[in-house]
Amino acid sequence: MTGMAAAEQGGGGATEYIVHHSTFLSNKAPHGIVDFSVINYDTVFFSVLLALVFFGLFWWVARRATTGVPGITQSLIEWLVEKVDEQVRDTFHGTNKLIAPLGLTLFCWIFLFNFMDLVPVDLLPTMARGVGVEHLKVVPSTDLNATFALSLTVFILIIFYSLKMKGVVGFVSELTLQPFSAKNPFVQALLVPVNFILESVTFLARPVSLSLRLYGNLYAGEMIFLLIAALTLSHGLHSLATIGGWLGIVGQFILGMVWTIFHILIITIQAFIFAVLTVVYLSMAHEHH
Amino acid sequence: MNINLTLIVQMVVFGLLVFGTMQWIWPHILNAMHERQQKIAQGLAAAEQGEESLSQARSKADDIVREARERANQIIDHAQHRANELVEEAKGTATTEGGRLVAAAQQQIQLDTTRARESLRREVAGIAVGAASRLLGREIDARTHADLLDQLATQI
Repeated sequence: MTGMAAAEQGGGGATEYIVHHSTFLSNKAPHGIVDFSVINYDTVFFSVLLALVFFGLFWWVARRATTGVPGITQSLIEWLVEKVDEQVRDTFHGTNKLIAPLGLTLFCWIFLFNFMDLVPVDLLPTMARGVGVEHLKVVPSTDLNATFALSLTVFILIIFYSLKMKGVVGFVSELTLQPFSAKNPFVQALLVPVNFILESVTFLARPVSLSLRLYGNLYAGEMIFLLIAALTLSHGLHSLATIGGWLGIVGQFILGMVWTIFHILIITIQAFIFAVLTVVYLSMAHEHH
Repeated sequence: MNINLTLIVQMVVFGLLVFGTMQWIWPHILNAMHERQQKIAQGLAAAEQGEESLSQARSKADDIVREARERANQIIDHAQHRANELVEEAKGTATTEGGRLVAAAQQQIQLDTTRARESLRREVAGIAVGAASRLLGREIDARTHADLLDQLATQI
């Protein structure tokens, strides 16, 4: 059903439908893999909007927070805050005012990013087309820029805290003197490059895996929603007169519902994994080996 | 799919969001939670203390009631004792007084009897003397026959 508008507008074809839905609302078409003159308005718009939703709700609750009997909203927010606090306490034993709020922000913001995936795939783009906006991608976590922005910020924080807590020497020795070490200085000197290559790969893999894991899960999820929506892509009102048409509509409804319910789990888990791994990486940055 | 300016913008937004959360949200909510925790702990402690003092007050009240009861019993005993004493005393006084009155009355009776007997004797003696003098035809000198008269009087 949701595919109808696109079908009428695009003139049919699942490929065209999917490509249309995978195109960002940008200032211009990008050239090459990296092009810093391009900006995706839709990603920025929705992530800022969701940031405001998160911040507005939490700020409103924080400002009115009572030490007496809390209301339902405050209880929910406090439950979330407590869970994040517990999680951070479990993995991180130092004192850092940043890590816990960072974890909370990451979880909530990513959850809201991912939650946009549960909005019917054609709803917002169709509405946007109504006001003359041709392309609209509503799920920020299906944009590599958004997920890499998160993971690169976390990566910068990891480097910052590693240097701050261990010093340059400590940080460098962590990258070069393990996992292989020897008592003999000559052998040790030979092992340094090996260690460095191994540790660098591990170290650099963190931001890449963080962002690609989130991006991949959400991109795939959205793609499945698009495919389910494409079931009735070429159907017009005339399909209501045929059995095949009804099968398509009912099939799309059932598949869409099942995938949406399953996706609730995925979006929560992905947000949780991102936040927890960030906390773990940052606590590793604080620990001496 | 490409990497573009969106990355930088997103990083800036993310940084601001984390800063805002760290500054204006996290501490407030956590403080509220900790304060409530303390309040609850204090409330529980106060409740426990209240219970303890209640049981203390209860046992104290029991003590006071017991003491009062003992004292009341003592007072009652004492009063009964005193009443018995008073009754005994009154009985004693009454007996003594009665004895005294009886003795006085007996004395009076005896006195009256003696007095009556004396006068009767005198009268009898007079009658006897009169009768005798009439029989003898002459007067009997009372003085000369005093001895005789007295003798008679005692015989009567």
